This record gives sequence, C-alpha cells and structure tokens, in this order.
Amino acid sequence: MRPVTAAACGLARCHACGLLGPLAPGRCARCASPLHARIPGSLGRVWAFVIAAAILYVPANLLPIMTTETLFDRQSDTILSGVAYLWHSGSWPLALIVFIASVAVPMLKLLSLVLLAVSVQWRLDWDPLQRTKLYRLVELVGKWSMVDIFVVALLGALVQLQSLAAITAGPAALAFAAVVVLTMFAAMSFDPRLIWDSMERADD
Amino acid sequence: MSNPASTLPAELFACPQCDLLQQGIPLERRGTAHCSRCRALLYRHHPLGLERALAFSLAALVCFVVANAFPLLGMEIAGDRVEVRLIDTVWAFQRDGMGLVAVLLWFATFFAPLLQILALLAILLPIHLGFRSLLPAQLVPLLDELRHWSMVEVFVLGVLVALVKLQSLAQVIPGVSLWAFFALMLSLTAALTAFDARQVWACHAKTAACGR
Repeated sequence: MRPVTAAACGLARCHACGLLGPLAPGRCARCASPLHARIPGSLGRVWAFVIAAAILYVPANLLPIMTTETLFDRQSDTILSGVAYLWHSGSWPLALIVFIASVAVPMLKLLSLVLLAVSVQWRLDWDPLQRTKLYRLVELVGKWSMVDIFVVALLGALVQLQSLAAITAGPAALAFAAVVVLTMFAAMSFDPRLIWDSMERADD
Repeated sequence: MSNPASTLPAELFACPQCDLLQQGIPLERRGTAHCSRCRALLYRHHPLGLERALAFSLAALVCFVVANAFPLLGMEIAGDRVEVRLIDTVWAFQRDGMGLVAVLLWFATFFAPLLQILALLAILLPIHLGFRSLLPAQLVPLLDELRHWSMVEVFVLGVLVALVKLQSLAQVIPGVSLWAFFALMLSLTAALTAFDARQVWACHAKTAACGR
C-alpha cells in the first residue's frame, strides 16, 4: 500500500500549533500562522547556513578563544589546546566532554547536514529512516556546543579582579558562537519531509 | 483514574517529520505514540499532564529568581574573595569587545528561560483556575521555538567545566546560584516534558473538562 501524505491530499500540518487543515486558505485556522506544505526554500537555506558555518569553522579553531595573562607571561589558548590542558591536568572525563562538545560535534553536524542536503538534492535512495534519525540527532545535539563559550565567559568574569592573573575572551569565541548558531539555523531550515518526498518520487 | 483531556478522540493528523497521514489512537497510562513510518514521537500521555507542568513551572520560577539573585561561583586568592553572578559573565564578553556573544549568552541563559517560564504560566494558570488560557495561538508556537535557544542545561555543564579548570589556580567555592541553576534545569525540563499542547488546545476549545 502506498503511504498517503498530507501534502498529497491538499492538507498541511501547521508548523506552529500542529493542527491539520486544508492548505488552500494559506493560514492555520487555529493559530493563524502561515501554512506551507514544506518549509519554503528549505534546501537553499540549509546550503547557505552550512557554507557560512564551514567558513567560520576555520577561524573558530585556529584563533585563540581565551588569553591568560599573569605577572610573568601571557598564554593564548585555542579550543584544542584547552582540551589538551584539561587532559594533562588529569581530568580526562571533562577533556572528553569538551572535545566532543566543541570539536567533534560541530564538525559531525556540518558533515551530517551536507549529507542530508546532498541526499535530498540528488534524490539518493539511502535508507530514509536512517536519514530521519540522523536529522533528529543533529537537532538534538545543536546547542550543546555552546558549552565552551559559557566556560570562557565564566573564567573571564571570575579571573579578573586579582592582580595575579586576568583571563580575556579571544576572537575565536565570536567565530565559534557563530558556527553554533548558524548550524542550529541550518538544522531548523532542513525539512525532513523532503527525505520521504524524494523516496516516493523514486517509486513512480 | 480517567482523565478525559488526556485521551483525546481519535483524529486524523500528519507526522511532523514525514507528513504521513494517520489516525490518532487513545493511549494507555504513560504511553507514547510514534509515527508508523519514521518513528517520530507524535504525542504522549501524561496523567495530570497540565497540572504537573504548572507545578514544575512555578518551581522553575522560584529557582530562576534564586539563580539570578545569588552568586554563581566564588574564588579566594590571598585572602581576597571574588564572586560572580550570572550577569557578570555576560559583562565579561561585553568588556572584551564581543557584544554579539554577550547578547547571545544573555538570551540563552536568562531571557529565553524566563520567557519559557512566563509563557507556561500564562497558558497553564488560567486553565487551572477554570478560565481560557492567555494567547495560546502565540505562546504555544513560542514555547516550541524557545526549546532550541534556552540553554540552562548547557550552562550548568559549562559551570562544572569552569570549576575544574580553575581548581589549579585557586580555591573555588560553588555559590547558591549554582544549585538553583541545577534545580532550574530539572524543573524546567520536567515542566516542558509534561506540557502537552494538544491538551491545551482541547481545553481552549472547551472540548475537554479542564481546571476546576
């Protein structure tokens, strides 16, 4: 039996309140949000956000995210050298968490979004269930990459008033925060229903 | 215990993730309904869901006030004691010339959670008192949107990492606010999990017995 989608029946689910109704009036009968069968311009938006995030990923990892000044020296840390510091100071579980949250997750997120967008763009018949699960994962982990930004903010606020040391945030913090926000926008712009649409057309 | 609001009548709706049309089914206690094609979570049954959500929202409000009024972390170096509150972390970025990141930080840890709590209360309190909820057409979509941008749980992890990083430098004292943040994370998550928009709409349309 062919699965029947709402779009095939001229119906649409309101993205804001979830009510199913006819697409024709253009607005949700319950909450008056604009109705669309699919997110308008979904793939174009995903590509725009992903490319912007990929470009900023480079300065986010190369520039210092934090600078520590003491009476005797001045030390700049990138995200990776911060992880290395945690590792050597003996708290390897935290080093692992920070590595996963700020290095591995942003990169895997970008790769996953490229994979999803490519598979829909070229109608590849990869397992749609697996791809939908990948999309859910990307949406779920999105905000956890912000953890490094919070750490820098806390250290910068706390280690300040002493004459012994001062910590300031570096330019990578801005680039890194932008990468996180842009990949979150990319994940929100991706419409997982497109995965299933391309599968149906492949059946014809 | 049967709660008419939680076993909504069988209805037709579309899966948000694959658009498959399907018939809603009544759920057993604490049951969940998944899409038959893509396995997305469609809805779940919470005994007294909205009442629980209201209780946890009120708890979250108290935690939010405490979390913002008291110091988060304290540090002692050579007899000097420094304490920071949440808002001081925002100022740190502002001072280092990154106002944009400061705004993001403020939004994710202060404004978004506050909006979430207020929106939950504006929807749930009137229902509890037997009135119609306030602006559900605006607030229900807002709550859905804010889930991505409210980062209390990420912030708590950030505080723990900062604690460990500073340990080598000086003695660090966890403040009252840290515990309040932890409680805020738990109560806000519990409130949002128990919150079922379908029940809110059923109450709003007076198709279910709600409140008093």
